[in-house]
Amino acid sequence: MASYTLSVNGSRQTVDADPSMPLLWVLRDLLNLTGTKYSCGIGQCGACTIHLNGAPIRSCSFPVSGAVGQTITTIEGLSESGDHPAQLAWKEEDVPQCGYCQAGQIMSAVALLNNNPNPSDADIDAGMSGNICRCGTYKRIRSAIHRAAEMGGAA
Amino acid sequence: MSATIQKFNRRNFIKVSATVGGGLVIGFRWGSAAHHEKKGDALFEPNAFLKIDRNGRVTLLNQNPECGQGIKTAFPMIIAEELDVDWKDVTVEQAPLNTESYVRQVAGGSGSIRSSYTTLREAGASARAMLVAAAAKQWGVKASQCTTKNSKVYHKGKGKKAAYGDLVDAASKLSVPSDVKLKDKSDFRIFGTRIPNCDNDAIVTGAQKFGIDTKTKGMLYGAISNPPAHGLKLGGVNDSAALNVPGVKKVISWNDKVAVLATTNYAAFKGKEALRINWKENGERESSTRLNSEFARMIDNETGDTKRKVGDVHAGLKKAAKTIEAVYEVPFIAHAPMEPINMYADVKEDSAYLLGPTQTPERARQAAAKILGIPESKITVEMTRIGGGFGRRLKTDFVEDAVHASKLAGAPVNIIWKREEDMHAGNFRPAAMYKYQAGIDRDGNLDTWYMRSASTTERGAIRPENFPNGAVPNFQIDTFFVPSKVTTQAWRSPHHNVVSYLDQSFLEEVALELGKDVLEFRLELLDKAINNPDGKLDYDPVRLRDVLVAVAEMANWGKSTKNGIYQGISAHFSHHSYVGQVAEVSVKNGELKVHKYYCAVDCGQLINRSGAENQCEGGIIDGLGSAWFCDMPIVGGSSQNLNYDSYRLIRMNEAPDVETRFLDTDYPPTGLGEPALPPAPAAVANAIFAATGVRMRKLPFTQNSLA
Repeated sequence: MASYTLSVNGSRQTVDADPSMPLLWVLRDLLNLTGTKYSCGIGQCGACTIHLNGAPIRSCSFPVSGAVGQTITTIEGLSESGDHPAQLAWKEEDVPQCGYCQAGQIMSAVALLNNNPNPSDADIDAGMSGNICRCGTYKRIRSAIHRAAEMGGAA
Repeated sequence: MSATIQKFNRRNFIKVSATVGGGLVIGFRWGSAAHHEKKGDALFEPNAFLKIDRNGRVTLLNQNPECGQGIKTAFPMIIAEELDVDWKDVTVEQAPLNTESYVRQVAGGSGSIRSSYTTLREAGASARAMLVAAAAKQWGVKASQCTTKNSKVYHKGKGKKAAYGDLVDAASKLSVPSDVKLKDKSDFRIFGTRIPNCDNDAIVTGAQKFGIDTKTKGMLYGAISNPPAHGLKLGGVNDSAALNVPGVKKVISWNDKVAVLATTNYAAFKGKEALRINWKENGERESSTRLNSEFARMIDNETGDTKRKVGDVHAGLKKAAKTIEAVYEVPFIAHAPMEPINMYADVKEDSAYLLGPTQTPERARQAAAKILGIPESKITVEMTRIGGGFGRRLKTDFVEDAVHASKLAGAPVNIIWKREEDMHAGNFRPAAMYKYQAGIDRDGNLDTWYMRSASTTERGAIRPENFPNGAVPNFQIDTFFVPSKVTTQAWRSPHHNVVSYLDQSFLEEVALELGKDVLEFRLELLDKAINNPDGKLDYDPVRLRDVLVAVAEMANWGKSTKNGIYQGISAHFSHHSYVGQVAEVSVKNGELKVHKYYCAVDCGQLINRSGAENQCEGGIIDGLGSAWFCDMPIVGGSSQNLNYDSYRLIRMNEAPDVETRFLDTDYPPTGLGEPALPPAPAAVANAIFAATGVRMRKLPFTQNSLA
């Protein structure tokens, strides 16, 4: 066990954890940030996607020891009041069915938009194929990303 | 409205009367028009489905589990329609299990809306009538002269209006009417509109709680170890390494399960990996190879269990001018919901509290009562929003885990299965093999249809009531049962999801053999079922024909000129709804690309247009994805594809566009959580055949070479 000071959603948090503890469990178990979801645990589904310095990572497979001194953003910290263009677009397109994967989908989509403010369908395929939606809301995710882009999604 | 709704009403009446012993057509606390005097915001709560406070805030309760099918939005819409409230005044709450107030609290069978439609309408309409009566009394007018709209009562003649919130005190003092008039279809304001998922705000901000997120004071997380091969028994457990993992508190076992309990989810999972468990052999280990050879032997050699018989298929095949035969294979597949299997239980000496993602809270309570030996009345069950069900959470095994664990540990627990634990534990869609034989008479008509199905489910992996039953003079379905240690469980649109793929594929094999257009061939058969049916019909061939015709028109069937794009068509009746689909695909260098689906639906009265479209889009993508990729082979007794690396699910780059049209019919509403799924695999399989001449006789499609 060791002590780690992390920057999470704009605030400094100190946690005691073993160095290999994945960020997913640091967030969920130690910081009570449960918006980031466990689903596969092996970086295959994207439900646990968060941003490290703005880049998307699979938090289930990223050790806490690697995150010191870097900026962590989770779905809870994406916007002050749930009004990031991607969040608004998700609601306007009425994307969610069960909703479980959607935090990870939104975090991946925002990372995509940050890199590419106006992605084509092919760009969306490439940027989003690491995120599984078992309910099959892909069509609406695609529409929501286009809509977020129109709203200036790379906010 | 048609006669169907009357019949339905009547059945509901009998069921509900038996439940509450009352004289009214309702399944809720009808007599208790409550006087909930609360500070400043007195509640009008005429039944268990709604509350209105003095500020005009309308709380609508959803009684059924929400697993992504949209019921938590659709049920309140039905109440709101008759209550005549403005949707922006509405807050939705999830109700707990309450069998005294609610009937059929289940997420399954696409049956929620069909079962509760009338009850929910009456709940809204009776409350509206009370608000109108309160206003009429204040104004000294007849209630029949008042109208309602957007949470207000109006009297046009006197120029009066009153908000519902201003009427709650007066309305609470009135008795609940014994007879209410429901709206005419022409007066619907909410049905058929687009109301977004009521939990969207919470979902997109990460605030939405799922079962896996439940954490209470003193609670322990639990990780489960199931036998690593089907049928193994628990021998001994060496837990010393597990107990050395920081945070691990206890290791417990019951039946053939072991659980590590810890202060964090992470420690529980880590402790589970550190367990050394001795699993004992228990007879021969299962394998897909053994099952397939047994299936093949049986469908070729044995006398099956006849599930439907019209005419004489043996005589039909004997005298046939031509016979057509094909064998299809279907593997086990897992439900693989995104939210891992979990349940929270807090077992006390003579009571228990359960919270979590169950599709069947009533069965969950029954299972808990049985384990604990306490009355069901001492057990409270609440439902969290479910991160995908697909039938997996109709089963109570995971509820039983939590109950056992909390009892043994003497503490509240949240038992969470690692992904791999659920994937290898069985509860799969049954594996099966099917042999089809068709007989063509001298005039070129299909007059014999014989399907023989061998599977790992005793009831048979079939839906004998479906088309082309009714359109063929000699029709028979036989089943063969191969017992297996691999457990099976209803998988979204059970058996329909396979049967539609099979029937709609083999129908085309027959049509093409006869040199007929595949759509015309179906329409000819449906005309026969409409005008001169063979045997008993369990579906309405007119409605099935109409969705086929509609989807053909949407897709410009047979006339499409898009380069390199091939179409396939399919239609199926399930869960009382009718769905026709056309898929458009291309195949280049053996690579399949599915571009688009057209989908025509008759589900009666449409409730939520956005939710219904979402179910069609998702159902199609699920049906396509599972048929294209999903496979769970059993080797040496063990399931082989334990996580999303090897158990392939459809992804963004493989998902087609979907265009849906709802037929405007006067039938009462039927479900949509499942019906769009069954036709999807065959629509693509038939399009692949059009593109390549290769028939998809095995699932998943990846088992067939397209090169």
